[in-house]
Amino acid sequence: MTMKSLLRLTVNGETHELYTAVHKTLLEVLREDLQLTGTKHGCELGECGTCTVLVDGQPILSCLALPVEMQGREIVTVEGLAEQGEPHPLQTAFAELGAAQCGYCIPGMLLSAKALLDEESAPDRRQIQEALAGNLCRCTGYVKILEAVELAAERMSEAASP
Amino acid sequence: MTDKNGDLNVVGQPWMKVDAMSKVTGETIFADDVILPRMAYCKILRSPHQHALIRHVDVSPALERPGVLAAITGKDLPIKYGILPVSQDEEALCSDKVRFVGDPVAAVAAVDEETAEAALEDIIVEYEPLPSMMSIDEALAEDVQIHDYADEGNVHKFVSLEFGDLEAGFAQADHVREDVFFYEGNTHLPMEQHAAVANVDGNGRLTLWSSTQTPHYVHRALEKVLEIPRSRIRVIATPNGGGFGGKSDPFPHEIVVSKLAMITGRPVKVTLTREEVFYSHRGRHPVLMWVKTGMKEDGTITAMHFRSHLDGGAYGSYGVASTYYTGALQTVTYPIANYKFEALRAFTNKPPCGPKRGHGTPQPRFAVEVQMDKFAEDLGLSPADLRRRHIHPPFSKTVNHLTVTTIGLDECIDKVVEASGYEEKRGQMPEGKGVGLGCGSYLSGAGLPIYWNDMPHSGVQIKIDRGGGVTVLCGSIDIGQGSTSVLAYVVAEELGLDLDDVVVYTGDTDLTPVDLGSYSSRVTLMTGNAAIAAARPLREKILKAVAEETDTPEELLTIHDSLLYRTDNETLPLMTFAEAAALAEARFGTLGAVGSYTPPKRGGNYKGAGVGPSPNYSYSACVAEVTVDPETGIYRVDKLWIAHDIGKAINPLLVIGQVEGSAYMGLGEVMMEEMVYRRGLHEIPSMLDYKSPTTLETPEMETFLVETDDPEGPYGAKEAGQGPLLPIIPAVANAIYDAVGVRVDELPISPEKVLAGLERKARGVEPRVGPDKIPDVQFPDPIRVDRPEEAPVR
Repeated sequence: MTMKSLLRLTVNGETHELYTAVHKTLLEVLREDLQLTGTKHGCELGECGTCTVLVDGQPILSCLALPVEMQGREIVTVEGLAEQGEPHPLQTAFAELGAAQCGYCIPGMLLSAKALLDEESAPDRRQIQEALAGNLCRCTGYVKILEAVELAAERMSEAASP
Repeated sequence: MTDKNGDLNVVGQPWMKVDAMSKVTGETIFADDVILPRMAYCKILRSPHQHALIRHVDVSPALERPGVLAAITGKDLPIKYGILPVSQDEEALCSDKVRFVGDPVAAVAAVDEETAEAALEDIIVEYEPLPSMMSIDEALAEDVQIHDYADEGNVHKFVSLEFGDLEAGFAQADHVREDVFFYEGNTHLPMEQHAAVANVDGNGRLTLWSSTQTPHYVHRALEKVLEIPRSRIRVIATPNGGGFGGKSDPFPHEIVVSKLAMITGRPVKVTLTREEVFYSHRGRHPVLMWVKTGMKEDGTITAMHFRSHLDGGAYGSYGVASTYYTGALQTVTYPIANYKFEALRAFTNKPPCGPKRGHGTPQPRFAVEVQMDKFAEDLGLSPADLRRRHIHPPFSKTVNHLTVTTIGLDECIDKVVEASGYEEKRGQMPEGKGVGLGCGSYLSGAGLPIYWNDMPHSGVQIKIDRGGGVTVLCGSIDIGQGSTSVLAYVVAEELGLDLDDVVVYTGDTDLTPVDLGSYSSRVTLMTGNAAIAAARPLREKILKAVAEETDTPEELLTIHDSLLYRTDNETLPLMTFAEAAALAEARFGTLGAVGSYTPPKRGGNYKGAGVGPSPNYSYSACVAEVTVDPETGIYRVDKLWIAHDIGKAINPLLVIGQVEGSAYMGLGEVMMEEMVYRRGLHEIPSMLDYKSPTTLETPEMETFLVETDDPEGPYGAKEAGQGPLLPIIPAVANAIYDAVGVRVDELPISPEKVLAGLERKARGVEPRVGPDKIPDVQFPDPIRVDRPEEAPVR
């Protein structure tokens, strides 16, 4: 019999109580127990960055994280990026510039980019490249993704300045 | 549709993709996101042997495990299938023999994935190993056959064609070169692992959701293997999380979950692990090439003899087409007066190869474009000038009877040469820095379908709601390239709609007319033309109804932004599109229309002429600039300048995205990507070890779109998804030569190979790294085909 435990997880500001197998990864709990299927997976071995989510503002690979260690921490997935139905500036910029082709790697990309912009409001191209170096994308050649992060940073700075 | 000024209202604008917001919010439902009540999970047991007879399979111990619902073997799915009618050599589960590590043998459905995985270990399989063949040479030398059908031994397919008179051509040449090249196999590596969910309803109807590029072909394969009429099967292609050709075959897992759903009466899901994706594959064929070319002093190609040897892996897949494609388009890029093409595809005990972006053409493009540079050096010409002498006459036929229409290659070369400063930089940069040029051409969709038939290649249905909403239905599927958006743009253009009033449903065999699928760069041209055909009669009905109602001559009416106007007063709309649609419905009945597209039939009349014809061809050129460290051989690509003849960019933003994505993928192939096997095992079935470029390796890119307004494409369009990959690879190879004087005639060009070349250079031997011989094979006598008259087709 699989060992289960009671978990209390805060995801996108909502607290969920669930009873689930202790060895399940955060990725599995998000997708299967909470049906937050916006978080994708490409390898489930920590190699591709696709399953990136934020925990206390830091990007982590949800396929390598154990939910039991995530209790009491703030988890943010792609579903939590929009506020009151308003998309995050990163989401708008990615959509407008064609940075999402198949879109499969994009939730992870967005969260890695958000972690960067939360730390550094005006990153240069190199900083963006480094922040996203762990997120593989096979469609875009990254060009439009880097441009979208720059555009979002610009818009967020404009919105922040009086 | 053009308005009174001849301007396009929607086409040509950098719109956001219609599905862009759902892609960035996580709303898009990919196959693994499909969750159904009572859903069970499937796992597949795969062969640990490269080549072995299956003596015995016993799934009964698995069935005893609590939670296991069903277990099946090859006996449950005995009918063979395959994407090409000539290669029906696959089984959903192997019944008597396995042919590569990863070949599926048995499958289990259980209440959860963990139980299914554990149950695989309960299954007993007895194998009797056979000799394994992991290379073309081994396949040619071994007496044991991998398949009992083949042209000869383990040669799946021989091709031998001669166009014009090869010997006469070589006799006219002033310079003749013979070169050998090797292009290692590589894989698509889509970010999304293949997944499928099957369900059988109370009436016994089967529905399969799958991340497939070709729902129509999956539909046909399910009918054949499951022995259920297609009318009782529904295939829904979910948006693909990347395809690149890797989701174009009907796959064992799609058939297996369907069978398990039929047996268990429950929905069943399968999601391949990343390791399984490497085995399922169908990626780039490893190809060894020998090319002998004769050229006059002025650069005219008098003759080319091209031989390719493809390592096909364990099954046919698209391999026969891939084999022909390694020879078909050489003549489209540059005119060749006399041409001989010989090829073989060997079966080996590796995961089967098939179509990857560029399907069979990046390999010869690498060979020919590097050889062109070698010729330029021999003749003392600029490589750019040499290529400019080789522009095919537009609206003419190639020596192998392909019809070319518009050609923007000269303009593409000019754009990248000028923007990069190629002529000023070539041979003039500091040691370790260099520039290289490459060119290519690609088809905008295969001119012939995969199975022989006279039906359209693409169908589109449009219905108009009384509220003004327009629904577009098409069997195509968006794999990230934007095909769904293209349908919306075309219909919005033709009917004069605001894009928000159009909704597109795709890839559902119950709801959408057949489109053959997202492969061969066919979708924009073929679905675009089909959508125009469906929309125009509807526009006429609407205009007729409005003309009668408002007593306005029809030719004075126009529609844009979902509003009807008189062209002599475009400030005040006559009515909304919804009002106009209601008038038209009252007069003509329910508003709907279908349109279809069939490519022109104009290939040659010889065996093998089916591969290569296309309504039109795109052209591309690239200049790459590299920096090579002479101490380590490590190099980086500093910048790529790419020009692409798109005919007409229906959405320039998306076209540039396709160009950049193709360039990136080409860069991965030239720099690092390879499928490597050691002692019969795939050495690197993981994303960490299969190296692909990250944000840090991908250089700056500058893209130029060349518009040639082709008469075959919708609004003049050509393809964008594959052609721009082709010139990247030789451009980088040629740049490395310019930087350090080393020729690496073998892909990928790893730092080790560059270093080996530098060491040879230091020792004073030919600074070349690559193969120097080809297998000693007696090719069949060629089919001889006369050169066509160069009559313009227009």
